[in-house]
Amino acid sequence: MAPAAIEIANLTKDYPYGFLHLKKKRSLEGLTMQVEDGEVFGFLGPNGAGKSTTIKLLMGLIFPSAGNAKILGKPISDIEMHRDIGYLPEQPYFYDYLTAAELLDYFARFYAFSATDRRERVQRMLKKVGLETAGKIQLRKYSKGMLQRVGLAQAILHDPKVVILDEPMSGLDPLGRREVRDIILELKREGRTVLFSTHILSDAEMLCDRVGVIVGGKLRGVGAPQEIIGVKAHGMEILFEVAAEKAAGLPLAAQATRTGDRYRVHVEEEGLYAALDQLRAAGARILSVTQMKASLEEFFMSLVAADRAQASAVEVSGK
Amino acid sequence: MSRVSVVAWNTFREAVRDRVLYNLVFFALLMIAAAILVGEISLGIEREVIVTLGLSAISLIGLLMAVFIGVGLVSKEMDKRTLYAVLAKPVRRWEFLLGKFGGLLLTLTVNTAAMAVGLFVALLCVTRSLVAGDAAVLVAVYFILLKLALVVALALLFSCYTTPLLAILFTTGLYVAGLFVGAMRNVRSDLMAPALKTFLGWLSYLLPNFSNFDVMSSAAHGRAIPAALALQNTAYAALYCGIVLFVAAAVFSQRNLK
Repeated sequence: MAPAAIEIANLTKDYPYGFLHLKKKRSLEGLTMQVEDGEVFGFLGPNGAGKSTTIKLLMGLIFPSAGNAKILGKPISDIEMHRDIGYLPEQPYFYDYLTAAELLDYFARFYAFSATDRRERVQRMLKKVGLETAGKIQLRKYSKGMLQRVGLAQAILHDPKVVILDEPMSGLDPLGRREVRDIILELKREGRTVLFSTHILSDAEMLCDRVGVIVGGKLRGVGAPQEIIGVKAHGMEILFEVAAEKAAGLPLAAQATRTGDRYRVHVEEEGLYAALDQLRAAGARILSVTQMKASLEEFFMSLVAADRAQASAVEVSGK
Repeated sequence: MSRVSVVAWNTFREAVRDRVLYNLVFFALLMIAAAILVGEISLGIEREVIVTLGLSAISLIGLLMAVFIGVGLVSKEMDKRTLYAVLAKPVRRWEFLLGKFGGLLLTLTVNTAAMAVGLFVALLCVTRSLVAGDAAVLVAVYFILLKLALVVALALLFSCYTTPLLAILFTTGLYVAGLFVGAMRNVRSDLMAPALKTFLGWLSYLLPNFSNFDVMSSAAHGRAIPAALALQNTAYAALYCGIVLFVAAAVFSQRNLK
């Protein structure tokens, strides 16, 4: 079995605060996990959960208070490791006096590619992220979505084995998100390892082999997206259409949310067939039946609530 | 191209594109006005006036650039987070720092050289000919550049661990204190307690000695500047910059980015 691409062991980060920096706030606590070679791993969590802190630690932008991590078998303090890693920062911002082509050329120079190779790579990357016609425009004129694409281009410019993306879909329109998803899938097909953070459930479900969920600086679970998020399926949603005169005598219609002649009702899984029979009997037209899963928000909220309950329990026992 | 020179070249490119070199227009206008005015007055001190005014302007404009751009070299990159993508590449923090220093020094060199050309043109317009003593003006310009290198190194050091405003205050404060290093060493012992005099003596060796770089009077009067002083100032600036940059790199290497 190939060694893990990313190995994180007991990674902890405390931020000092207060006038003399004597107090400490723990933003990441004993994170231990692995990202296997060639997999797409989603790092899920609400804002402030510790996703970006973990990624910054991996990239050497901040330093751990305890624990360590390795990427491709090398410690994160080894700068040469960065030859094989691509990184997209959250809400990336680049030198706005440069054009996209100049920026990519600037970054390519750090890898000592030849001038011909640099030119070829820059053009290839601009095309890959859909910016081939905007390559000669200064970045100060770029939209947020275009900057995100440039960020993605610079992250994969040097054909890295491991690509780490911090909120890559953030700020993108649906088309842009689709393109980023396609690029991530292409990276996977090319055998690269991708770790990306997100709080968008659908992205994680669509792309990830595995996800890790982090809340309050602590890892709450690692596994396939369906295992981690899908376990919270609760009930069914029926969308149906029925004439107003028939709806008057229909108990389900009274419970439903109405939009014109259309009704949307939420029933327990066990009561589904009875509800469908009732609708058929009333002459309703059933448009769709969907299994309800907890939204990511609900999922996070339940974890956050548990986290707070635990914190207050510790506080009470401490008192 | 080394990673340091890649960063340095980009820093220079940033200065050019941010129109930093537009200050040359102001300098050119100042020199033209001075040449016309001095020509009108014609008191036999045209050379002194032009050289003193020109060197003062070169020094002041350079200092403003060194302090205000210097403190932003790293802090601006941290604030805007442009640094993240750079440090994700195989670039060591000290290489980035040295590149930023080199880039601003290159900008200041180009700027100072252009202003020196302007000064010589103005001098030629006023005196109608250049003499051997004018070489001292070139040495004075070189000393200004050495001084600016020191100021940039200090600004860079402070910007690595404090806010831009405090970095400006610290750099300016050290510059002003450094102008009085000679006075600190030569203070009369009967005017203060021996302990204080000893302290000032030590402090004078710790502070950057900017007074050594001031040869404006000699240059204005066409007096030759000893080669030994040029060598001494070059070695001093190189050593002091080296130490300051070493400390800056050590501080920056431990710094958690936002």
